[in-house]
Amino acid sequence: MRYHPLTTEDRAQMLARIGAKDIDALFRDVPKSAVVPLSAFDLPDTKGELEVERLMSRMAARNLAAGSVPSFCGAGAYRHHVPAAVDHLIQRSEFLTSYTPYQPEIAQGTLQYLFEFQTQVALLAGMEVANASLYDGSTATAEAVLMAQRLTRRSKAILSGGLHPHYAETVETVANLSGKVVRAPVTPGAAEDIAEMIDNETACVVVQSPDVFGLIRDLKPIAAAAHAKGALLIAVVTEAMSFGLLEPPGAQDADIVAAEGQSIGNGLNFGGPYVGLFATREKFIRQMPGRLSGETVDAEGRRGFVLTLSTREQHIRRDKATSNICTNSGLCCLAFTIHLSLLGEEGLTRLARQNHARAASLAVRLAKVRGVSLVTDSFFNEFTIRLSKPARSVVDALAERGIIAGVPASRLFPHDKQARDLLIVAATETNTDEDCEAFAKGLSEVLS
Amino acid sequence: MSEVRYTKEHEWVRVESGEATVGITQYAAEQLGDVVFVELPEAGRKVGAGGEAAVVESVKAASEVYAPVSGEVTASNAALSDDPAKVNADPEGAGWFFKVKLSDAGEVAKLMTRAQYDEFVKGL
Amino acid sequence: MTMNKQGRATSIEAQSDVAPPTISGDRGLDHEEGLIFELGRPGMTGVDVPDVQMSEERLGGQRRRGPIGLPGLSEPEVVRHYVRLSRMNYAIDSGLYPLGSCTMKHNPRLNEKMARLPGFGDVHPLQPQQTVQGAFQLIGELMRWLTTMTGMPAVAMSPKAGAHGELCGLLAIRAAIEARGEKRPRILVPESAHGTNPATAAFAGFTVDEVPATKDGHVDADALEAKLGPDVCAIMLTNPNTCGLFEPRIIEMANAVHKAGAYFYCDGANFNAIAGRVRPGDLGIDAMHINLHKTFSTPHGGGGPGAGPVVLSERLAPYAPLPLLMHDGNEFRMIEHADEAGGGAKPFGRMCAFHGQMGMFTRALAYMLSHGRDGIRQASEDAVLSANYILASLKDVMSAPFGEGPCMHEALFDDSFLEGTGVTTLDFAKAMIDEGYHPMTMYFPLVVHGAMLIEPTESESKDSLDRFIHVLRTMAQEAKAGKIQRFEGAPRLAPRRRLDETAAARKPVLRWRPKNLPQAAE
Repeated sequence: MRYHPLTTEDRAQMLARIGAKDIDALFRDVPKSAVVPLSAFDLPDTKGELEVERLMSRMAARNLAAGSVPSFCGAGAYRHHVPAAVDHLIQRSEFLTSYTPYQPEIAQGTLQYLFEFQTQVALLAGMEVANASLYDGSTATAEAVLMAQRLTRRSKAILSGGLHPHYAETVETVANLSGKVVRAPVTPGAAEDIAEMIDNETACVVVQSPDVFGLIRDLKPIAAAAHAKGALLIAVVTEAMSFGLLEPPGAQDADIVAAEGQSIGNGLNFGGPYVGLFATREKFIRQMPGRLSGETVDAEGRRGFVLTLSTREQHIRRDKATSNICTNSGLCCLAFTIHLSLLGEEGLTRLARQNHARAASLAVRLAKVRGVSLVTDSFFNEFTIRLSKPARSVVDALAERGIIAGVPASRLFPHDKQARDLLIVAATETNTDEDCEAFAKGLSEVLS
Repeated sequence: MSEVRYTKEHEWVRVESGEATVGITQYAAEQLGDVVFVELPEAGRKVGAGGEAAVVESVKAASEVYAPVSGEVTASNAALSDDPAKVNADPEGAGWFFKVKLSDAGEVAKLMTRAQYDEFVKGL
Repeated sequence: MTMNKQGRATSIEAQSDVAPPTISGDRGLDHEEGLIFELGRPGMTGVDVPDVQMSEERLGGQRRRGPIGLPGLSEPEVVRHYVRLSRMNYAIDSGLYPLGSCTMKHNPRLNEKMARLPGFGDVHPLQPQQTVQGAFQLIGELMRWLTTMTGMPAVAMSPKAGAHGELCGLLAIRAAIEARGEKRPRILVPESAHGTNPATAAFAGFTVDEVPATKDGHVDADALEAKLGPDVCAIMLTNPNTCGLFEPRIIEMANAVHKAGAYFYCDGANFNAIAGRVRPGDLGIDAMHINLHKTFSTPHGGGGPGAGPVVLSERLAPYAPLPLLMHDGNEFRMIEHADEAGGGAKPFGRMCAFHGQMGMFTRALAYMLSHGRDGIRQASEDAVLSANYILASLKDVMSAPFGEGPCMHEALFDDSFLEGTGVTTLDFAKAMIDEGYHPMTMYFPLVVHGAMLIEPTESESKDSLDRFIHVLRTMAQEAKAGKIQRFEGAPRLAPRRRLDETAAARKPVLRWRPKNLPQAAE
């Protein structure tokens, strides 16, 4: 086996040094009844690289790669162009094959990029501090709710109807254990009156902007209403590219920002791994989950970085930790930070503008198709349209024509009748004029 | 100066006119290493003898500090928030944690004297 | 003769002098590197993006009013920055990485290549299901490998890391208990457990009760049995345990747990010692997460991303979270809502958006297909053999708290051999850095004083193991002989000396700020 350096002779010599008769002697503590022969596993034997490549390529070929056709799927995952340098750099051995930076003297590379990442995330979100990432946007949102419950010592969390349903379900799964989650009504293309639902037992309100239908929300009045009752505002962002063009949640008085960072530096990857961004106010850091890199000096006075405030974490605090999380999204957050370093202020702003312009022109183009009306009037790079036929069947019909038209709202809201005819459409810099034209043309054929 | 009493959890308590000042012992401070953070109870909070009242953290450890006596917290040592190193420098003086207005003065007598505590530590 | 004025000395004369401080601050290949915020300047960018003018803005009045504050750098500057940073990291690709409990094994590059096939890497999670049948097939194939290797009937694929898998397992157990109309608030966790175990139990709303260890490093099965009762929901046990030992009474413990009406959660972090030889399902385990980044070699990436699928017993399978992958004989279907599930499925909820860590699934399956069942078994055997070789080669100069062995895939030492030398576990570990090694896991498990946990994995050649053993033996002998210079203040040869963690924690600086801006008041 190409990955195993020990030879049969090595193994014999090692057993001799150990003083064991054979390898079985080393498994002495395993109950005999629990040891099974290889034949107990109905699985194939070793394969060469070429053979594995052939097998897996065949599976991959059964999928329609988003980049091979005009594709307009968003709803929490977005297809953007990732510069070649990003993927090259994250595959540097020293990044790819290192562990959590527990030995700071020989992990400054990781610790410094985490520190830079934390700064970038805080700047984008308009917040004071950010952590070194969580698993993804949905779990970051759930962690934010738990953190708000700890901070306010209250149990109720109110979720906006515009929060991505997968996020809402993820929050419910953990926040219902010790608290109570209430969902506001779903109002595609409009803002529900969430402020009215906030009472003195409310720990937090969770509002996504742009919301799952693409609508940009005004967070400031919600923050004011929450703060008036002693509750916190958690702002959720699923399209990190929007930070380049929209007023950041911090400037709208959000207390915690939970976001999905996939759009910057990371591919679609069929849903994961992604990178959860998490930012908050400095005064809340001791209740923040996840790893943190902090600046300090070494014994010679040189600047360096270490994992810090670890007493919040499971390896020290055990059952009193702020979260059970152990890993972060290491490589994905590295990809994020490299892509953002390449973009810089100028590149990100331009790219965000390009995304908005692309979506705006597509919205205008699609709205001209008979049987289509625009549901979302203010948006970043994603909007919702109402169709004269059920969206799912339209999407299936367009898929047969080689167009991935977007996400039917009914896939996310299967029990909501109003969702049946709604289609959520995203457009990014990767969509060309030809793509948009093909989409409009296909749509008009399918709807006629 | 009034007598200081000690707990098995390494807190000390000094009572003066119905008010108890609480901190952690020299031994505890040495075991913890460099203290980096102290979380203190707010004034007005009711604490019960043996109940969690504060948290003290070093880089690699976090420990609960228990109230040796029952009562209402009247003050906490704000200076520790800015300079937690005071806990290491002077644990049984300037590094005090909080003050409690006693609800049951009888509880104090049940705690260890200095000699008893020293003996207790020797056995650890 | 013709004078060749280009000639210069090419032989090396013995030189004893120490290099003077450099003018640049860099030292040969070791470059000091500033923060991107210090290197960049406004207006520069490393990505050429057309400057599109927006004819009609539809931002609802929410356009950003101020600048973000990001630095601008060109592509060569960015590439150099990250290459320089990378060179300050230790990695399994550059040397033996004996971190016990973390399983730093070789990460084959084929796996990276497979994950980047556009058919896997460039697929949207909410594309029409008929366009992603190959992705479902891959997940289905990985599920088959995981259930077959573990002898368990079902597996939940969505958990994003080991701790997330623990949570998934406990929530399934909680749902099963609730379905019986019972309330069981207590979870038993051995003292030697990973910190995530008690943290997860608390996170899932349980109280944690610790089970002591025996003198020989096993879970005290009698103490465990004594603690069982109608209020105990589950035990969380690592096997092989964190001391690197297989629990010999595991079947007995599982039976006792089941008899008490509780469930048996196994932390699968150490599955790599027994894969291909023992099936956790045969041990009476009800749920176990599998760290794909440990046993199945998806890269650790400096701390993630991980993946933690959870295998489930028959009794827990109905409670597996959404989404659920089904195959109706013809094609795959991903069930995303509870009422579409049918077949008695009662999912407890959802762990995260979408379907889990697909990019890690691809890598793990490439590893499994490459190894095959025989290769996986060989990997477990070699990992165990190498750990025992280290234990046998060091136990006379270092101290092994649990004696002669054998151990499983990791060798545990304590600090009693350093008693009276003035050298601590930390000093010993840091001195290894100067020798070119990443230190072993220190001060864990908590049940052993000054613990040093060494996991060599199956990826080291005998020559590499021998060199490592030679270095550690010499270090141990020197420490005992009072030659402690190399330990004091080590490391000296790393990119940084020891860092002031106290200062970092007392006054946390968690982000860069421009010099002229004060820290935010609060």
